[in-house]
Amino acid sequence: MKFGVVVFPGSNCDHDCWYAPAKNLGFPTEMIWHDSSTLGDVDAVILPGGFAYGDYLRCGAIAKFSRVMTAVKKFANDGGLVIGICNGFQILVESGMLPGALLRNRGLKFICRPVDLRVETVDSPFSAEAAKGQILRMPIAHGEGCYFADDRTLDELEAEDRVLVRYVDNPNGSLRNIAGILNEKRNVMGLMPHPDRACDPLMGSTDGAVIFNSMAAAFAAIAK
Amino acid sequence: MSVITPDLIAQHQLTPDEFDKIVSLLGREPTYTELGIFSVMWSEHCSYKSSRLHLKKLPTRSKHVLVGPGENAGIIDIGGGYAIAFKIESHNHPSFIEPFQGAATGVGGILRDIFTMGARPIAVMDALRFGPLDDAQCGARNRRILEGVVSGIAHYGNCFGVPTVGGECVFEPSYNGNPLVNVFALGVFKHDEIFFGRASGVGNPVIYVGAKTGRDGVHGATMASAEFTEESKQKRPNVQVGDPFLEKLLLEACLEAMKTGAIVGIQDMGAAGLTCSTCEMGSRAGTGIDFDLQYVPQRETGMSPYEIMLSESQERMLLVAEKGREEEVFSVFRKWGLDAVTIGTVTGDGLLRVRDHGAVVAEIPNRALADEAPLYNRPYTKPRQLAPPDAPQFESASLEADLLKILGSGDVCSKRWIWEQYDYMVRTNTTAGPGGDAAIVRIKETNTSVAMSLDGNGRFSGLDPREGAKLLVAECCRNLSTVGAQPIAATNNLNFGNPERPEIMAQLVETIEGMAEACAFFETPITGGNVSLYNETLGDAIFPSPVLGIVGLLDTAAPVAIPFKNEGRDVLLIGGFGRPDAGRFGGTQYAKQVVGEFWGKPPALDMDYEKRVQAAIREIARKGLAESAHDLSDGGLAVALAECTFGGMGAAIEVDFDVRPELLLFDESPSRILVSTANAEEVKKIALFHGVESPRIGVTIKERLRIGNGPATLIDCSLDNLRGAWDQALNRSLHPEHV
Repeated sequence: MKFGVVVFPGSNCDHDCWYAPAKNLGFPTEMIWHDSSTLGDVDAVILPGGFAYGDYLRCGAIAKFSRVMTAVKKFANDGGLVIGICNGFQILVESGMLPGALLRNRGLKFICRPVDLRVETVDSPFSAEAAKGQILRMPIAHGEGCYFADDRTLDELEAEDRVLVRYVDNPNGSLRNIAGILNEKRNVMGLMPHPDRACDPLMGSTDGAVIFNSMAAAFAAIAK
Repeated sequence: MSVITPDLIAQHQLTPDEFDKIVSLLGREPTYTELGIFSVMWSEHCSYKSSRLHLKKLPTRSKHVLVGPGENAGIIDIGGGYAIAFKIESHNHPSFIEPFQGAATGVGGILRDIFTMGARPIAVMDALRFGPLDDAQCGARNRRILEGVVSGIAHYGNCFGVPTVGGECVFEPSYNGNPLVNVFALGVFKHDEIFFGRASGVGNPVIYVGAKTGRDGVHGATMASAEFTEESKQKRPNVQVGDPFLEKLLLEACLEAMKTGAIVGIQDMGAAGLTCSTCEMGSRAGTGIDFDLQYVPQRETGMSPYEIMLSESQERMLLVAEKGREEEVFSVFRKWGLDAVTIGTVTGDGLLRVRDHGAVVAEIPNRALADEAPLYNRPYTKPRQLAPPDAPQFESASLEADLLKILGSGDVCSKRWIWEQYDYMVRTNTTAGPGGDAAIVRIKETNTSVAMSLDGNGRFSGLDPREGAKLLVAECCRNLSTVGAQPIAATNNLNFGNPERPEIMAQLVETIEGMAEACAFFETPITGGNVSLYNETLGDAIFPSPVLGIVGLLDTAAPVAIPFKNEGRDVLLIGGFGRPDAGRFGGTQYAKQVVGEFWGKPPALDMDYEKRVQAAIREIARKGLAESAHDLSDGGLAVALAECTFGGMGAAIEVDFDVRPELLLFDESPSRILVSTANAEEVKKIALFHGVESPRIGVTIKERLRIGNGPATLIDCSLDNLRGAWDQALNRSLHPEHV
């Protein structure tokens, strides 16, 4: 199982998204430059947090035009696992790979704080190793993390069991407390909180590890 | 060509004598462009002309110091082949004029100082000073400035990707017209990755990289060297606009370009922009630089040589590469989408020669600008007496109400509203973030962590600048020791009023001398820093406000934190009860928030005892004997105890000490640390070994904080009440309309 971390010029959690799987969890992990038209031989893609191209327009609005995103879309269409964290989630939404939008936090301020998430489904390659209803503690660090979609989309997400995690105590005004969602095929996931910052006991929580470990287990099952 | 008139000279804030010195150095009258260049390089901000003489008194060397003052940042060896670079800078004047961009570019500037040396920034801290948020006249403006400054810091640091791990924020009327924004940054690198701002090698190309030059910030350095008047708002165009994304690109490109081995020297363009970087790089290397402004990337059309040379546009760097290897550098900057242009060459004549389409518009010896700036031994008398010597009559009506009031005051209350707007964890190194005694970041490649503390106490310094400075050094070192770190080096930001007034100059001199004595004693040399003078509006000077950042080292591990953890643990006061004295109580939070007066002397400091207390607590922390540890500072024993309970575990404290209760609870004597422990005997042994008192003052209990002295109950309060007073106070004062 090899993870690939996409590096946009303004990614600033690229190193964290490399360190957590590579050093905390021991998976081979490599960086993929945003100008690259291929993903090499990686088995799963991580779109990390940060400010991809400055995000002076809408977060992720420029990133969707980058060369690497064409490759990421193809990878996802072929069934590859793609996880977007924070800015990565925003990019997936802007790219149309996940529904909805991420608006400014309801309080209009950037918030950095550990939050509790409730696992809503374990029927996904990102959460199979967790227990349904399990509470995961990991930090958020965003200014635009308020998940928004129309009612029909929200109903659909819930009906299809595609809400992966919800906030126990909603920090940003996200509709229906949504913190992370899946695409229809369940191989693309976006979430605002940072599992990459919750894989090391020194960071106060290792609850994020279950996400990367689930991905590795899912890949191992497919590979068999 | 403009004619140089006395008016023009005065507008450039040069004195007639300084102008005469320019003429004698050049052997002729300067051109208009040259006048502009001299005015910024000889400004207080760039030349330290009022403070240089006294700054020499500060200790700057130790076995840990690899690079001391004079470079863009000081460098300290942390072992294992790694080093850290750190420094503090002020952006006080710009932040008053335009809080958001002023603070944002303050962060940008200090980050460039760090990565221009080759280090990757891994931590930022901020020391902020504002007028009171509920000030009858200035409250609304103070609230606007605070909100603007905090969002500016957040905007820049969060996007750049450096964690803002701590800092402090204080409110005093003396900052109504002069807020202080001091930003500290720290970076890490290997010993063989250090770069200097030197234009070495005659014939080497001088390369401009980063953002294009615009008219923003022209004369920012001279603005920062004058008092504020009613006209200052007209200077808003002097404030630069920051682009943190561009800075992030610049960081990555510079670090990558450095790895090519083709870079000889590099310096950021900060205050005084292209002027400062060219003449300082030349001066340090003993060389000259000959360059043509037509090659400087420009954002606006029709800029004059004067404007290009004095622009303070952000996110720019100047570097000198090895001749013939330019392309290696260019290709890295191309990869990151940045401008990189050769604008000139290094020469052997020691001159800064500026051309415009070939024609020379300025030709000045680099040394004249960088090293021969005026040096003033400004007259000083005694520091101005800011408070009466004697204590007024005061008596508490309710100690519990007093405690709640102090906990809810701007200085003491939770600053969560501020620091939650900062990404304090990016790069996953922050093992202790904001809100603790010291912030800690681990260095992943080693087993070492760096602890840092940023502090200042204008009230103590106001009562006695010399003693205040010593107390400040002691406090910073104590903060570090409380988390188990050994203090090793410091950076200072000296914020004062107008040095041309002898009683203000005296504050500066006494502060530097006090700091020199204490830094030598605690073995924390000052490796660099900043002096910010003329912090006055309409003749009102700020409190003498030295801000000190001290860094320390410890082994990487889960750090000891402030909150009591477990029930039934002994609570010990390492260092004992201090020497409460009403005459030395006038600078405390109690005097400020409850009595509403300011008097006397700051608390007494015994530096030798302080050092032993710190050695004791470091050993206690290192041996894992303290389940919690918190040093006593603002608000004294009662506030420190309350802060220890905010994790949800309370305490029952019983002492028997013959002193009036206000002083027992709220005296701010130094050299004291609260610990809770399951092994009191071992802790006491260590304290005894270091010759330090360590009375057991109580035990941790659930739900309440009780403090009794002999038969009297002084405080008996639920934890919810305490926390409620402290937690949301800042939010409430920022949004008074919601109360």
